[in-house]
Amino acid sequence: MQNVRLKEYAAASSATPRKGLFSLRKGKWKSSAKGIILPVLTLVVWEIVGTAGQISPTVLPTPHVIAQEFYHLARSGELFFHLRVSLWRSFLGFLLGSSVGLAIGLWSGFSRLAEKQLDPSIQMLRTVPHLAITPLFILWFGFGEWSKILLIALGAFFPVYVNTFLGIRSVDSQLFEVAKVLEYNRRSQITKLILPASLPNILLGIRLSLGAAWLGLVVAEMMGSSEGVGFLIMDARYFSITSLVFVGILIFAIVGKLTDSLVKLLEKRLLRWRDSYLGEHL
Amino acid sequence: MSIAEKKAAEEKATKDNPEVIISVENVSLAYSAGNSSNVLEDIGLKLHQGEFVCLLGPSGCGKSTLLKIIAGLIPPTKGNAAMDGEVIKGPDWHRGVVFQQPPLYSWLSTRENVRFGLKMRKIPKQEGLKLADEYLHKVGLLEYAAHKPYELSGGMKQRVAIARALVNSPRVLLMDEPFGALDALTREEMVMLLRNIWRETGCTILFITHDVDEALSLGTRVLVMSRNPGQIIREFKTSFTWEFSGENPSRTRYSQNFVEMREKILDLIHKQKLYSTSSLE
Repeated sequence: MQNVRLKEYAAASSATPRKGLFSLRKGKWKSSAKGIILPVLTLVVWEIVGTAGQISPTVLPTPHVIAQEFYHLARSGELFFHLRVSLWRSFLGFLLGSSVGLAIGLWSGFSRLAEKQLDPSIQMLRTVPHLAITPLFILWFGFGEWSKILLIALGAFFPVYVNTFLGIRSVDSQLFEVAKVLEYNRRSQITKLILPASLPNILLGIRLSLGAAWLGLVVAEMMGSSEGVGFLIMDARYFSITSLVFVGILIFAIVGKLTDSLVKLLEKRLLRWRDSYLGEHL
Repeated sequence: MSIAEKKAAEEKATKDNPEVIISVENVSLAYSAGNSSNVLEDIGLKLHQGEFVCLLGPSGCGKSTLLKIIAGLIPPTKGNAAMDGEVIKGPDWHRGVVFQQPPLYSWLSTRENVRFGLKMRKIPKQEGLKLADEYLHKVGLLEYAAHKPYELSGGMKQRVAIARALVNSPRVLLMDEPFGALDALTREEMVMLLRNIWRETGCTILFITHDVDEALSLGTRVLVMSRNPGQIIREFKTSFTWEFSGENPSRTRYSQNFVEMREKILDLIHKQKLYSTSSLE
């Protein structure tokens, strides 16, 4: 569809070059402008009110002060050091949590016996808040890397588990009947039928789990650490450097959005076979 | 009777009739153990080599359940179903199944959907692809081989499902109202297609439908089932399918014989319905 439309544009622009190019640019600008209006407006008002001296800089530093802070931090290399530490931790935790979640989700989705034995306990643990478990993890694993990675893994586990389970159980039972008639053994049923059929849900689980890993990271790093973006924020709070707190939040937002977009891209590529509602052009 | 005599009698029997492939004996099925009403009661049924048997009955009479028992997807509560004298214990590819809503694997292309069963049988890829294309050609979908199921119409999807069942060269094809969800024109086309496939491959077909015309124009034998309890109440031998493939199918449709048999069967089914509603009151 999109290709066809692009070709049409190309044809139109070659016929009447000026007008065609202009309309294409205008269309693009319009659609991206819609998303930018609100944040830009907020920033402008914020800057004006801040520089007018209406708000104390320790409560709300102005955008340009935050930008300066960001720049200094990036230049000194401190930013990338903390970011690398945080990324590595959340990556390990996510990998551990989501792969265990996938495995157990597959198992209890496939076997009713496993579901009966595992699911109630997992559902109970799922509702326990992160912050309540953190002290326990520190007592068990100390302040080292492991307590942080495990805490992140715990958060990353549940979304993948729940969605994998749901994905498997919503596979059309007739697909299983056909696979059985064609004499698919258990392993092939899992790899050829269950995994692809529940892939939409699994990917959704992974997206949610990335968010949860990020959340777990903040909790873990704020409880006690000497490096990482979470530490950066806590440290800035001790010294009341509000602009630095903002920089930390900004980093979380940017990286979070980037990872989410990455999985979304993956989703788009892997789930091309789906014929689902894409929303209207409104 | 001595063993030799018995054998001779059996041989005589097979000479008179073509080989029995599927035999269903005294099959009953109750969904819950405590419930006295059976979904199926004391069903006896034999499918012979090359037959096209149509199973007719009101909805809810257990037609689909019987088909699933023969496919091996449900075990019967009583009695047994056997293929070539061996009791059916589970599904296998010798009995292909086609459902009403064709369950296609929506992440696979049409060709890969057809090849799905061949993969498990360890047929080499090259040969499997060739076979898949051959059967796609048979159902007239070769140019759609690379398409995904969501790009196909209902009739096309059902044709893919039929190709997927046929590509394994099953000895028996079990079809559960395969054309039930299709519009009248497509259905007509599919009936013709199926008739040709049946005549070409010579496979045995058990075909469930609630459409009397469809049953009469396809089957070599039509069985009528009742509801509550689910039993086979009548059997009709038909040969209209041969006339339908001739030059003037509409003449057959309005022939005296066809119309009479149609009335008879409809009468049976309608009586059934009246009977079961009056028994409820």
